[in-house]
Parts: sequence; structure tokens; C-alpha cells
Amino acid sequence: MSAAVSLQEIVEAAVEASRDRIGALLPALHAIQDKLGHVPPDAVPMIANALNLSRAEVHGVISFYHDFRTEPPGEHTVQLCRAEACQAMGSRELERHARQKLGVSFGQTTPDGLLTLEPVYCLGNCACAPSIRINDEVHARVSPARFDELIAGLEAAE
Amino acid sequence: MTAPRVFVPRDATACALGADRVAEAIVAAAADRGIELVLIRNGSRGAFWLEPLVEVETTAGRVAFGPVDVDAVPGLFEAGFPGDTDHALALGQVTGIDWLASQQRLTFARAGWTDPLSLDDYRAQGGYVGLARALDLSSQQIVDEVKESGLRGRGGAAFPTGIKWQTVLDAPGQRKFIVCNADEGDSGTFADRLLMESDPYQLIEGMTIAGLAVGAQEGFIYLRSEYPHCKAVLTEALARAERAGYLGEDVCGSGQRFRIELRIGAGAYICGEETSLLDSLEGKRGLVRFKPPLPAIEGLLGLPTVVNNVLSLGAVSTILADGASHYRDFGSGRSRGTLTVQLAGNIKRGGLVEVPFGLSLRDLVMGYGGGTASGRPARAIQVGGPLGSYLPEALWDTPLDYEALAEAGGMLGHGGVVVFDDTVDMAQQARFAMEFCAVESCGKCTPCRVGSARGVEVIDRLIAGRDRARDLKVLDDLCDTMVDGSLCAMGGLTPYPVRSALKHFPEDFG
Repeated sequence: MSAAVSLQEIVEAAVEASRDRIGALLPALHAIQDKLGHVPPDAVPMIANALNLSRAEVHGVISFYHDFRTEPPGEHTVQLCRAEACQAMGSRELERHARQKLGVSFGQTTPDGLLTLEPVYCLGNCACAPSIRINDEVHARVSPARFDELIAGLEAAE
Repeated sequence: MTAPRVFVPRDATACALGADRVAEAIVAAAADRGIELVLIRNGSRGAFWLEPLVEVETTAGRVAFGPVDVDAVPGLFEAGFPGDTDHALALGQVTGIDWLASQQRLTFARAGWTDPLSLDDYRAQGGYVGLARALDLSSQQIVDEVKESGLRGRGGAAFPTGIKWQTVLDAPGQRKFIVCNADEGDSGTFADRLLMESDPYQLIEGMTIAGLAVGAQEGFIYLRSEYPHCKAVLTEALARAERAGYLGEDVCGSGQRFRIELRIGAGAYICGEETSLLDSLEGKRGLVRFKPPLPAIEGLLGLPTVVNNVLSLGAVSTILADGASHYRDFGSGRSRGTLTVQLAGNIKRGGLVEVPFGLSLRDLVMGYGGGTASGRPARAIQVGGPLGSYLPEALWDTPLDYEALAEAGGMLGHGGVVVFDDTVDMAQQARFAMEFCAVESCGKCTPCRVGSARGVEVIDRLIAGRDRARDLKVLDDLCDTMVDGSLCAMGGLTPYPVRSALKHFPEDFG
């Protein structure tokens, strides 16, 4: 089975699951990204065709929302909250520390492919800031030292 | 003797502070010692400074321990946990914790007491009483009840909920929608999240009542993707409510149909704006729409749609259960019911505070909040999220209600209160307000899309201090343009944090 066929299948399954829903495109994109970690550019014409949309419409939606990626992410996604409540508890310093420690900027993946660093604007954990999210887990009161521990945990799990 | 019931919250903040690991450690320690106990993952009470807050049910009531970390668990058991103990983390009866006991919990009355997914718990604590009553009323009677309660939208704009519902009820057409705005994007807010994670059936019940009130059979919860715990709870709660006949083709045997679908956003602050949210629900870019037409007339798919915040819809359950007058009797002036504020940022005792309207900001932050977490003097308080003003100490005696705060140049918004200590650089905060607007603008109108990018540059020049008089003039002009020329609150309110920072803390700007 070629890679292209399998992408087509993934797209079809994602679209099929949402076809009868209002606004099927967003749930379909989520389903594809949940499966592949990103929405490959090759999927765009397939999605457009399946949902009777233009490629521009599909591309427009993918590029509008921060969540959708067109490149594969690292094995883990680390989101740093940059919003005000976290700023009040040192998130600006944490951000500097994280960039330096990992050697990447927001939106970039570490060379070993371990993690992708992303900004996020509020995780709703504002009483115990600063907050970060690693995959689906939120961590509270993350000092630079605590950040290092959490990253070491990811490295050790390799 | 039955095994004691031990409660460890499953809420996102409690888990961010290690509640899952504490729960595992308690089960393991009990097994090691041959102690029988029943572990229940309850919701949180919103006293986040005490999380993970572990509770044990006793004949005299719930006894609390907190904050409990994994390392404290063996010591707790050695001191007699889950039985009587005078361990250092013992807080006594949970009803005796003043921070909680002094609050007036209406919307959050059940939060923390129950297993959020248990329908039995929900019903045992007054759940679904409101729906039962609504099923005996006509649509107009339900709408009248909500109008009489004085409920105003809790998302931020404070529009009277009953008036909105009346518009949808009166709008012609067979197909109408109830949309719950659960895109709680303001920094410093977590009340919606707490309600959905700790008492999800209250929202589901409120939406069902809304459906009966306006003749809608389809509901959507638009939840932000940043809330994975919430997604898990809502998914399960919706499935259970449907299985129990509270949702579906025949709600409680009434012959009325109402379904709710959970939709997940994709990381866009602007989708908290109701028209942008509707576009997003339709599978499009979340662009803000022109108003009019109002969503109540032409909303989702151009059909009449109620768009309400989580807390507004939740409050409807209480209003129908206890009556409009009960709700209206709380509050001050035109701000009725209870005020839900969230203490966040640099705060010693952060969390959710539900009190009657009218408490001053100072009493809230110094009383409930206990001052800053850092122990340094507080310097600025941002109320109402990233589009809210920064208030200096001189304004902290303002009572917290919609009108009084507006008079002080602020806004209550969704009730976020973010405290900064004296290390804050207010020029950087002003810059961030513009930066955030540039990142999150939907791009539809120029004052917001371009104005915010220019705003960052002007503030950078101000900080550099090359031509202060000119740059102040440019910034002022730019703010006027954004306030007057933006389609929605994103561009229209971004100047508020900027101007308040400049006005009250000019010494920080170059």
C-alpha cells in the first residue's frame, strides 16, 4: 500500500465521520491531525474534494487556527502559557529559559525530534501559574527548575 | 462498618498540582496497610490554593486535608488517616473553611461535593429540579422567569439573558439552536472550566431548559481545545445524560426533542466572540460578523440562535429550580444574582470566589486572596481579561459590579482578576496587549489587524524614548482609531489595558 493511498483513506474516514454534521471541516481536520499529528499539504485537495469545498477554503481554515499544523510535530508537544496571569508569576523568564534550554523557538521542534515548543494563551490554570501543557497534561507553578525536571522526564522515557 | 469514602478532585488544576498521583498514592498506601476505603474523584471547590484538597466523609460531615502532595500521603496514614487525625495538613470540617464558608455559592453550590459524572449525586443535590419545573411551563413562562431573575450574560458583555431568549422565541422558523460559548479564553478565568468539570449536568440541564424556552431542538457546546480534561468530562456526561433520557428524542418522557453536540475549537481567542464562534461552528475561519443581524435572529446557518456563556446557562438551572425572585434577591443595583470572580496571577489564595455583587476589589484581593503569592506589594490588578484595564491601588475600593467598574474605566467582563506585584513592568504589559491582539485578531477589520501591529511598534519606540511627545500622540491616535473603528471587542477594547497602563503607571514608559 502506498503512502498516498493511506492518506486518502485517513481523509475519507475523517470526512465520513463528520459528513452529516454542521460545519464538518473542523471536526474532520481534528480527526486527521489526531491521527497523523498534522494535516499534510497533500490532504488539502482530498479534503476539499470530499467536502465539496475549494482548496482555498480548506487552506484558509488550516492557516487560521493555531492548532492545525502542516508539518509533523515532535514526539511530545510542550505548550508554554504566555498570558497575563502566568506573566504575573514569571512566565516571561520561563519562556527565556525554555528557549535557551531546548535551543528552539516557538513553533520549532528539537533536532532529536523529542518535542515541539508552542505558545498557548491560557490553559485555565491561572490561580496556580505559570502553567505549561505537555501533550494532554497540564502542570502548575512551573519554575525553570521544575521545567527542567519535566523535560528530563520526557527524555528518560525515551 | 462501611469503608470510608475518600475524595480527591479530578479537576484540571488539582491534577496540574498532582491530584492523580495523590489519588494513586492513597489507594496504594491503603492497600499496604490493609485499610479499606472507597476513592471518589470529585469536582473541585475552586479553592485552588488548597489543591489537591483531599476529603474524607465522616458521620459529622466531610473532613478536609490540603494541600496534599504525594510525599505527604504516608505521613497522613501514619497519623491515622482516613480516621481522626491532627496531622498538620488537617483543615477540619470542609464547611468550616472560612474562605469557602463565607462565599455565597449558587452556581457553584455543588462543585466539589459531588462526583461530577454521577447523575445520582446531581439529583441528590437539587439537579434536574429546574428542568422538571420547566417541562410544566410554557415557553413564554420560562422566558419570563429568566427575565424576572435579572440574569445578565456572564461571558463578558452582560446582556440580559431573558431579552435574548425572547428574541429567539419570537423569531419565526422551525429550526433554532442553543449554542453554549465555552471558549473561555481570557487569561485569569477558569469559572466555565470549573463548572463544566465539576458540575457538567448543570450546564446540560440549563441548555435543555433554554431549548424548551425558545423551541430549539439542537444544542452545541463550543469548547476550547486548551481544556482536555473538560472535554473528557463533558463527553462522558453528555453520553450519560442521553442514556438516562435527559437528552434525546424524548426528554424525560415529555415528547420534546433536545440533543447536544460537543465541538472542539482549534486555538483561536477570537472564537469567544459570538459571531466568530458561529462561523467556526459552521466549519469556517472564525471571522467576526457584522451585527445586525443579531445571532438571535440570524445565527448558526442564518437561523435563530441563542448564544450564551457556560455560567449563564448554568444559572438558568438554579433560577428555574429556586425561582426568579430567589436569584434576583442577591446582588446590587442592576447586577443581580451572584458575582463569580476568579483570583489569579500573583495571588496567595487563588481560586473561584462566588459572592453577592458589590464586594470591593481590595476586599477580594486582600481578603480572599491574602495578597500576593510573592509576598511583595501588589501594584496593578487587571480585571476582565486581556481586554480589561489595569487598575492601580487608588481604584481598588471600587465595588465589583458591572456599572461601578465601568465608571472607574474598567470592566468586569467574565470576572477574571489578575494580580501583579511591584516587579511588573507596565510598559511591557501594554506592549503585550497589542501583541496579543496582533496574534489573535481575526483580520477582518483594519484597525484591529494593522493597528495592533503598529501599536507594538509605537510602544517599543516609547520605551526606547526617542521622541516621546510624538509617540504618545501617535499611540493615542491609534487607540482612538481602534476603539472607534473595530468591528468587535478585540480591537475595540485592546486600547483599554494599553491606555490604563499608560495613564496610571506613566513612570514605566521610558
